[in-house]
Amino acid sequence: MTNKPSDQTDTTLDPDAPSTPSAVVQEKSARGAVTVLINRASRIFAATSLGTFMLLVLIVILFALLAGDRFFTTFNLRNIAIDTSGLLLISVGMTFVIIVAGIDLSVGAVLVFSAVIGAKAMIAAEGSPLQLWIGLAATVLAGLAWGIVNGILIAKASLPPLIVTLGTLSIALGLSYVISGGFDVRGVPPELNATLGTGSVLGIPNLVLVSAIVAAVAWVLLTQTRFGRHTFAIGSNLEAARRAGIAVERHLITVYAMSGLLAGLAGYLNLARFQTTTIAGHSNDILQAITAVTLGGTSLFGGVGTIVGTVIGTFIPAVLRNGLVILGIQPFWQQVVVGAMLIGVVYLDHLRRRARQKR
Amino acid sequence: METDQSTQGPKPIIEVVNVTKTYGKVQALRGANFSVYPGEVVALLGDNGAGKSTLVKTLSGVIQPDSGEVRAGGKPVKLSSPEDARVLGIETVYQDLALAPDLDAAANMYLGRESLRKGILGRLGFLDKADMRRGTSEAFERLGTGIQDTAAHVHTMSGGQRQAVAVGRALTWATSVVLMDEPTAALGVVQSERVAQLIGQVRATGLSVVLISHNLPFVFDVTDRIEVLRLGRRVARFETGSATVEGVVAAMTGALVQEEEA
Repeated sequence: MTNKPSDQTDTTLDPDAPSTPSAVVQEKSARGAVTVLINRASRIFAATSLGTFMLLVLIVILFALLAGDRFFTTFNLRNIAIDTSGLLLISVGMTFVIIVAGIDLSVGAVLVFSAVIGAKAMIAAEGSPLQLWIGLAATVLAGLAWGIVNGILIAKASLPPLIVTLGTLSIALGLSYVISGGFDVRGVPPELNATLGTGSVLGIPNLVLVSAIVAAVAWVLLTQTRFGRHTFAIGSNLEAARRAGIAVERHLITVYAMSGLLAGLAGYLNLARFQTTTIAGHSNDILQAITAVTLGGTSLFGGVGTIVGTVIGTFIPAVLRNGLVILGIQPFWQQVVVGAMLIGVVYLDHLRRRARQKR
Repeated sequence: METDQSTQGPKPIIEVVNVTKTYGKVQALRGANFSVYPGEVVALLGDNGAGKSTLVKTLSGVIQPDSGEVRAGGKPVKLSSPEDARVLGIETVYQDLALAPDLDAAANMYLGRESLRKGILGRLGFLDKADMRRGTSEAFERLGTGIQDTAAHVHTMSGGQRQAVAVGRALTWATSVVLMDEPTAALGVVQSERVAQLIGQVRATGLSVVLISHNLPFVFDVTDRIEVLRLGRRVARFETGSATVEGVVAAMTGALVQEEEA
């Protein structure tokens, strides 16, 4: 076994590059350096979902040109951000789930269920100084519980995620109706709306702040920690992860638990915003979340995905709808455009995968 | 040709004793024995279905035998997970390489034993990516893999490079035994030659290598000893230097049986 000849270093791109023994990086052939650069560039492109980002920029520029002053008002941009805050939470959880090559169809139903439980808890805790916190705990724990149920059924019982979460979707939604008697739970304390629902810090609405913080924490978790690394590894090659000693089952349960927890938190934001449970208003959440995550470049095959992409992917449909309304075009076109973009993005992913299998 | 155990000087570093394993109705191992001595390269041979893979998985902690035991340094050990095998210094190069294609070389190298930052950040699970890149670069340099970019995703690599990552990973972490399941199956002649040299390098560092291969010329080229499995039990042992292809094939096909007892 001979080491790669290092006499190629005389063709190094930078003739002044130091060639000290420690400067291993510089000790590469020119061709190697170029290949490394190209690889790095293509990785950065993929990693930041640059394509999707440019799409969003393009849409924004288009609306800015067509409706400039009306689109670029603080009021309007605030509205877009508030509209997407709940969906962003669900999409962030979904990003982890899809990276491990899973799916969670139950998030919309879990959101509703958690909101019903949270609303009931707050009504029961009427008069307590901790009323809002009790509501938060109840809502989030209800979501977490569903996530753990999903995770255990998928990881321990080895049932397909599609079926498990379709089942829990139905159960959670059914139970929401049973518990609420089919009517939206009213009587959510107005203080919740006054503080979390409509309050703001430094001009940033609290709802937006919460989802931004969650997205930031999720970004750190996914890109900087061992948990994130294992998430990618499991999605990329589950058996390899298992053989490498990663506790795959526990990790999967945690990922689905996170998804449930974030759906619960979204349920709480929902209560804060609308002061009621909006039971019938979330049947499309799951489709929107999957669309956002997929538009953001997370692969449904697992192993690939970014939070930044998901944030962008969440904003694209919202910005589109908003812009079309402002331009006076029927907002129904938004659905048409988003659907087409979704197919396009998945097709590109498919092409990438096919190209790499040919290697 | 027959080796008498009493004449063997050193004790086995790893020993499989009388192990059975049944999958449903299939008896993969029926009282299998297998020994690995310190610093040797030993081939585990057998026809398809002889139980080689099951035996290797037993040693790597992926499956647990129904009965019998594994001994390390003469003492019985329980390998109930890949983690247990690692603690004993046993690393495996799987036939499918067990790499995560969407992760880079460094991430694969450190899969399941990531370096963490020092202090509070490390306690929170923050990765020390620079340390892992450095360690991977050093390992690749040492092994002469020719892979320059440790941040390159494995799916962008050639078959030979992937193999190098998998082998490099096993060699970096092993402290006693490296199990190699069909390391030449997907390789060309030149690359197989590189693997042969690599195995020589490994032996020189004092590690033992267990080689599972159908490639008999390769086995005769690189091993010190050969053990043959047939229908779930060991049927013969050879010193490679005095063995013949005919003798080994006879043992694999059942024409020759040295060891009757289970």
